[in-house]
Amino acid sequence: MTDYDINKLIELGALVVERAKRAGADVAEAAVSEGAHLSVKVRMGEPELVEEAGSKSLGLRVMRGQQVAVTYTSDLTPSGLTRFIEDALELAKLSQPDSFAGPPDPSLLSKRSQHVDLDLFDPAIHDIDAAQALDMALRAERAALSSDKRLSNSEGATMTRQAGASALVTSGGFSGGTRGTYASLAVHPVADDADGKKRSGYHWSARRYFADLDTPEQVGLEAAKRTLAKLGSRKISSQEVAVVFDPDAGRSILGLLASCINGGAIWRKSSYLAEREAQPVASPLVTVIDDPTILRGPGSRAFDGEGLLARKQTVVDAGVLKTFILDTYGAKKLGKASTANASRGSSGGVGASTSNFILQPGKQSPAELLAGTDKALYVTDMMGFGFNAVTGDFSRGASGFWVEKGERIFPVSEVTISLNLDDMLKRIDAIASDQDLRTSISTPTFRISSMTIAGK
Amino acid sequence: MSIPSRYHAPFGPAGSAPVDAETARKLLTVALSQGGQYADLFYEYNVAGSYALEEGILKAAGRSVSMGLGVRVMKGDATGYAYVQELTPEAMQRAARTAAQIAAGEQSGAPVSFEVPGQIARYQAADLSLDVSGEQKRELLLRADRAARAADPRVIRVEASLHEELREILIATSTGKLASDRQPMIRFSVRVIADDNGKRQTGSSGGGGRMSLEYFDEPTHSPEAHAREAVRHALAMLDARESPAGQMEVVLAPGDSGILLHEAVGHGLEADFNRKGTSNYSGRIGQRVASELCTVVDDSTLMGSRGSINVDDEANTPLAATLIEHGILVGYMHDQHSAKHYKTQPTGNGRRESFQAHPLPRMTNTLLLAGPHDPEEIIRSVKKGVYARKFGGGQVDIGNGDFVFSLTESYLIEDGKITTPLKGVNLIGNGPDVMGKISMLGNDVQTSDGIWTCGKDGQSVPVGVGCPTIKIASVTVGGTVL
Repeated sequence: MTDYDINKLIELGALVVERAKRAGADVAEAAVSEGAHLSVKVRMGEPELVEEAGSKSLGLRVMRGQQVAVTYTSDLTPSGLTRFIEDALELAKLSQPDSFAGPPDPSLLSKRSQHVDLDLFDPAIHDIDAAQALDMALRAERAALSSDKRLSNSEGATMTRQAGASALVTSGGFSGGTRGTYASLAVHPVADDADGKKRSGYHWSARRYFADLDTPEQVGLEAAKRTLAKLGSRKISSQEVAVVFDPDAGRSILGLLASCINGGAIWRKSSYLAEREAQPVASPLVTVIDDPTILRGPGSRAFDGEGLLARKQTVVDAGVLKTFILDTYGAKKLGKASTANASRGSSGGVGASTSNFILQPGKQSPAELLAGTDKALYVTDMMGFGFNAVTGDFSRGASGFWVEKGERIFPVSEVTISLNLDDMLKRIDAIASDQDLRTSISTPTFRISSMTIAGK
Repeated sequence: MSIPSRYHAPFGPAGSAPVDAETARKLLTVALSQGGQYADLFYEYNVAGSYALEEGILKAAGRSVSMGLGVRVMKGDATGYAYVQELTPEAMQRAARTAAQIAAGEQSGAPVSFEVPGQIARYQAADLSLDVSGEQKRELLLRADRAARAADPRVIRVEASLHEELREILIATSTGKLASDRQPMIRFSVRVIADDNGKRQTGSSGGGGRMSLEYFDEPTHSPEAHAREAVRHALAMLDARESPAGQMEVVLAPGDSGILLHEAVGHGLEADFNRKGTSNYSGRIGQRVASELCTVVDDSTLMGSRGSINVDDEANTPLAATLIEHGILVGYMHDQHSAKHYKTQPTGNGRRESFQAHPLPRMTNTLLLAGPHDPEEIIRSVKKGVYARKFGGGQVDIGNGDFVFSLTESYLIEDGKITTPLKGVNLIGNGPDVMGKISMLGNDVQTSDGIWTCGKDGQSVPVGVGCPTIKIASVTVGGTVL
């Protein structure tokens, strides 16, 4: 069974690199990962699902000269491993020489001794068994449903815990590993609305350490509150008005910025920000950092997917774009240095990604921000995929609340909000002080001075 | 002519460690050792290849192999699920014992013998794209690249990719079913960026299905055809204006607009939501849920379609199921669990993403059947509205029925004519409400080319959609111009 022993994973990675080199690879990089999870779901007070499993897999990137191929396998039998390595070498003959392909300069690689412990692994997590997880999920759902009789139904409550270890070994001389855990608890109550519609809402807590999770009762009560608040939702008329994003909705706006400053999108010219480095890309209130060094952070990492030492950087400083997010390849394409943001997908491929990508909080509380808002749509949920990174055009479904004179007046659904992302970021005119520690991309509550709402 | 494939599941009849009835019976016995009422074994072997071209060269080629066994045990509405990747007897037994723990009681029965359900082949897996030489596949991508660049000097970037897959499954159930299937898939896509004096736009085209490279033989499916379509799309969007905001008449092009159905009604008719009473279609069988022009079916039997299956992931044989007939809700899509609840037969809609996930009722190919109107007449009937031609995807809130879907190519309709192209925009509406406002329906049904993937509870499965030209009398267009 899984023992999360990094040294054993490094050993397997080193063996794969060695064999790939012997088979003719000039560059070989092996990523090994293993993990185990338990996931339980209850619904209407009864257990609905208990799922438990472990997994282990290998990803490999090889280069023959500057011909690149990647392979992945979960078949770790001797014949499966042989096939996995042979396939990589065979595919590398098929791909065509790419003059920018290559591993990072060996002098940039970090040493294991430099890899600080970011406190990402909770040894207690593996001991949570199905009975305990079910109990937590039941308590959370009960807390929600018993709080108000209008909460007549439920999509259930889910508790999961997962633990994993991974290692990277490269022919350039890097070897390193990391371990991490994650636990989450989510509740999804359903209420019957007067018009025959069901209103469903949810709330969740997620942390690296089990002990840092909110209590089941806290999660359940918050989920109940959010669901009940949606009763009587209605459409509003089409208009231009301020929009406030709560952290659950704001996160996806910041995620769009993350994708548009990704080096891969920049050199591919598929971002509206391709030529905007060192220029204003947001309001002066906006400062965004990418910080892989946060203790117990959901997106923390000591080294990146190519073995470079990960580091904190300011990406947007008072509205000005300071840097793109780069791996070695993207950096070469743009004539720059890697920002140590490489990430290695399970398929073996490498690309750039953010770590903990955070819109820095302002000074006023969310309540103060709301109190200072004359008229706005306060968005709690968004739907759909309407975003064009090349132009920045944005249009998505939204629901939340209508705000007047600083008060939430009534719930709103079935409207869209639209504006070009460039204008959205420049029109951010208030940022609150709340911080969301659940996800690697996170924002406080913030407000955009004006967007187009399409409704009635 | 077929050559023997290099790709066979180890657990299949041509594999190195075939799973026979005896092995299956033993594992099911372990799975039911704690008093479970039902158990099944789901073996899966998945090999996928990917080829990505950009900047005129094949930059990356990849292959992945994943396989394993998922064991499910049910008691009442509770499911125990465990999976393993290693297919050793010890590992498989461990999974069966773990899943068994959902129940707490005495050994219950395992099947004495198995029956192999009959299958009608909706695709063939004798010739696999995976077995074709890499050079041939590279050439398809290079052809798309050349054609896109030749189509217009404003094309500054071309990306083309080919994804190929074989999914071999074997299912054994405690009710005595033993089924297997080899499910091939390819997906081709081209994306271009055009630049007109610093103004950039993107366009795309793609397709595929449960087939091999014969897909490209069809002239409208050739790499050149997809390249030209992607370029046409990008160039059309270069002139796009801001889209209007508010409620108006909308006409949807045939084919991919079937996503509207998929979101507006499809998910709401998956029986798990109705079993739980969390769908706004719960308890509405026999009631009007759409305009009487609408007949909606879920049809897994289309030859070679991306959403088609010979057998579902619970060993049930899928049928073409009518969901809505002339606007009246007549049936749901069932997996085994919901069928038992409704005391009906499973419709063969029990699908799962992989051996790492339990089955759920899912759509296959969801189609809105033809109506009486000439598509030209439909467009002519619109004074001021939006014509939607290409789509980016959609999402629905099952509970209240609100859905969105995004348009990546649309036009204004003015006085019955398609005029100015519009920037990307979302439509938002409420399922039953919008389905009730379908006021005209074309006689020109098309099914989507194989590009769509549906997500539910974190599980992705390939699907197809189809429909004729549709006119919606009023729906909210999420543009920026008031």
